[in-house]
Amino acid sequence: MSVLSINDLRLSFKGLRGKTDVLHGIDLSIAKGERVALVGESGSGKSVTARIVLGLLQELRNARISGDVLFEGQALAAMTAKSRADLRGTDMSMIFQDPTSALNPTFTIGRQFAEVLRRRDKTLSAETCATRAADALAETEIPDPARVLASYPFQLSGGMNQRVMIAMALANRPKLLLADEPGTALDVSVQAQTLKLMHRLVADHATAVLFISHNLGVVREFADRVYVIYRGRIVEDGPTAAIFAHPRHAYTRALLDAVPRITGAGLPDVPEVSDAFLAPHISHGSGS
Amino acid sequence: MSLLSIANVSKTFQTPGGPVHAVKDVEIDVQPGECLAIVGESGSGKTTLANMVLGILGATEGTISFEGAALPIKRLRDHRRMIQLVQQNPLSALNPMRSVGAAIRLGLDTYGIGARADRWGRVEAALEAVGLPAEMRNRAPTALSGGQRQRVSIARALAVEPKLVVLDEPTSALDVLVQARVLRLLNDLRRDRGLTYIFITHDLAVVRNVADRVAVFQSGQLVELGATAQIFTTPQTAYARSLIGAVPVVDDAELALRNQLAEGA
Amino acid sequence: MIRTILVLTRNPLSLLGLILVGLVIVAAVFAPWLAPYPTHNGAVVDFLNNNRAPSAQNWMGTDLVGRDIFSRILYAYQISLTLGVVVLVIATPIGTIIGLLAGYVGGWVEAVLMRVVDVFLSIPPLVLAIAMMGVLEPTLTNAMLAVTAMWWPWYARLVYAIARSEREEGYVLAAEVIGAGTPHIAFREILPNCLPAIITKMTLDMGFVIIIASSLSFLGLGVQPPTPDLGSMVAEGARYLPDSWWLTVFPGLAILIAVFGFNLLGDGLREVLEIDG
Repeated sequence: MSVLSINDLRLSFKGLRGKTDVLHGIDLSIAKGERVALVGESGSGKSVTARIVLGLLQELRNARISGDVLFEGQALAAMTAKSRADLRGTDMSMIFQDPTSALNPTFTIGRQFAEVLRRRDKTLSAETCATRAADALAETEIPDPARVLASYPFQLSGGMNQRVMIAMALANRPKLLLADEPGTALDVSVQAQTLKLMHRLVADHATAVLFISHNLGVVREFADRVYVIYRGRIVEDGPTAAIFAHPRHAYTRALLDAVPRITGAGLPDVPEVSDAFLAPHISHGSGS
Repeated sequence: MSLLSIANVSKTFQTPGGPVHAVKDVEIDVQPGECLAIVGESGSGKTTLANMVLGILGATEGTISFEGAALPIKRLRDHRRMIQLVQQNPLSALNPMRSVGAAIRLGLDTYGIGARADRWGRVEAALEAVGLPAEMRNRAPTALSGGQRQRVSIARALAVEPKLVVLDEPTSALDVLVQARVLRLLNDLRRDRGLTYIFITHDLAVVRNVADRVAVFQSGQLVELGATAQIFTTPQTAYARSLIGAVPVVDDAELALRNQLAEGA
Repeated sequence: MIRTILVLTRNPLSLLGLILVGLVIVAAVFAPWLAPYPTHNGAVVDFLNNNRAPSAQNWMGTDLVGRDIFSRILYAYQISLTLGVVVLVIATPIGTIIGLLAGYVGGWVEAVLMRVVDVFLSIPPLVLAIAMMGVLEPTLTNAMLAVTAMWWPWYARLVYAIARSEREEGYVLAAEVIGAGTPHIAFREILPNCLPAIITKMTLDMGFVIIIASSLSFLGLGVQPPTPDLGSMVAEGARYLPDSWWLTVFPGLAILIAVFGFNLLGDGLREVLEIDG
């Protein structure tokens, strides 16, 4: 059974000027322990897809959502708002773009960590929380967990905060981790290190990941499988190696061609928009 | 003769926590017509250096000369005109309450470029030169896409006919397909108009394809300066190697280059 | 402008504000034609009909010297609105210019200007006005002066805060790099971005100016008889409550309608302008 299964997901917003369609029928699935990337440009619908999975858009009055989102076989639409909220931070967790702004500057890391752990088990004592938090931080190769737990987020570097976010996101052993452009706000070398770390940890714990990104290089290094999304439609999906070696959809090809290469192949001549980008979905299969 | 000469320039900020040396004893000559990339991570001092070149900040020590003459902090009008800027965030760089045309026309009015009656024509020509329709001059920046706004920013900078343009992460906020078009546009404009660029970025893959020379900055110091091809094949410092090694790559040739650099370390 | 009004009419509360403000303006502008007894705005005495309860002849009754209260309310609106407009037309530009310069130029200009503003803000507004009116003669012009003196610092503070944050925007840097002067950047680049907040505040303030002016008149320091004023009408009638309730209730309601209307409209404008801005 898939950890996450999305079938024909459609989303539109009702505004003053009528209805705006954002998603036109997304199909996507993630198996246990699988790392799946959803890659696309801004406005493609990748972030709203993540927000629907997190149950954050269902509460919006002007959002119209149809189709199925099944988490561990359970339909999100059939759940109450409260049970969707209970999933967040326990069986489903998330990591965002900028770790420093995602943490509350007025509380210590230790206190915020305890809150995360108590989402799973309200009865945990302060000592148990401290021990578990220290263990979780140690996993992320943080040299002095006790010092970090006593610190406030602004006293730590961006890279350190990102490690804290990763440790928190995995502390409750979620089935699914949603990472929305993780570490994009960080320096390239720090982002590379934290992604490697995240990769190792989710592999160790067999955590499934929905990895949202616009950066093809990062996707190539992180994901097992890739979905390419363009204007609310999946245009191509398949194993990472196949997508990068043999992209078949015009949009995927354009995206790949547009990335400047460190080998110095020159500046690519690709169109910003093309009718070919709207060609039907191409699937390479699951590859496994 | 070099177009811009940065000689032993340092910048120290006095903060409550003591002095912070943002730029330390930097020496670079920028040649006419070249694209010099300044790369480094956050806190490397690259933006501080750019602000000194633009005359927004004064240097604590050293001098910056343009065409052989030392630049005072309070720039004369002609010096201001000769060195222009394209910023990273195209949304913030344009005033939401003023039209696209007004933004471009500001420089023309400031320097009295062209006859008054011709200036709207010049604004339209500036828009067309960056691949935008002339009618866009009446639009509000908020009605434009990120790529269009960045093209307007470029048109505004070039309308006053500068010799040197400081490009501060000009494509970092753009989607990759838009970035590709804007980078080509910048390249074409440089070639056609004989412009000189100082291209500030953290994206080494972009640098590899646009710059003639690369200056690598680390904590306020210039650690390596060389021709682009040389920096990317035989970097002299471990820091430059580590920067290139951290670039996420998309094809096997790139991966091979990265691995080769890692072995050389 | 037209679009803003159209959007306002979509929200029931803003629409109510728009209607109330419209009524007040119509009442003030057309007072000479709408008032059943247009001469009653002055020193008219009709002791045969004094202190009458509301009737078909006098919809809101008559006052202690026999003048029609409805007619006097219409004329009082004229005075209140004029006072409000004059105060805001003087106070807003002064406060805006000071706030803009302090916020954009910074340095010692900012230090000096904002300390002066702080001094004005630290004096309770009504006390300042009472002090000024004590020194000056209590005339309508001086009432306007007093209210203006206590009003501009709030605009300086508002505009200063916006200009301070706009100063960090890229478009200001762009104008500086191009070489535009301080007046251009302050008035042509930054000021337009302050206008939505200024217009909203002016609308809300119309209500407050009317209240302050009425308070001054209530204390006998504002508009002097026989000129009709809502505040002095309430003050005069207060002694005859509850028997001659019409003397206070109708002028009081008139103040309420005007202030409530301007506040609703101001809140509506804030939403519309901030979303569009």
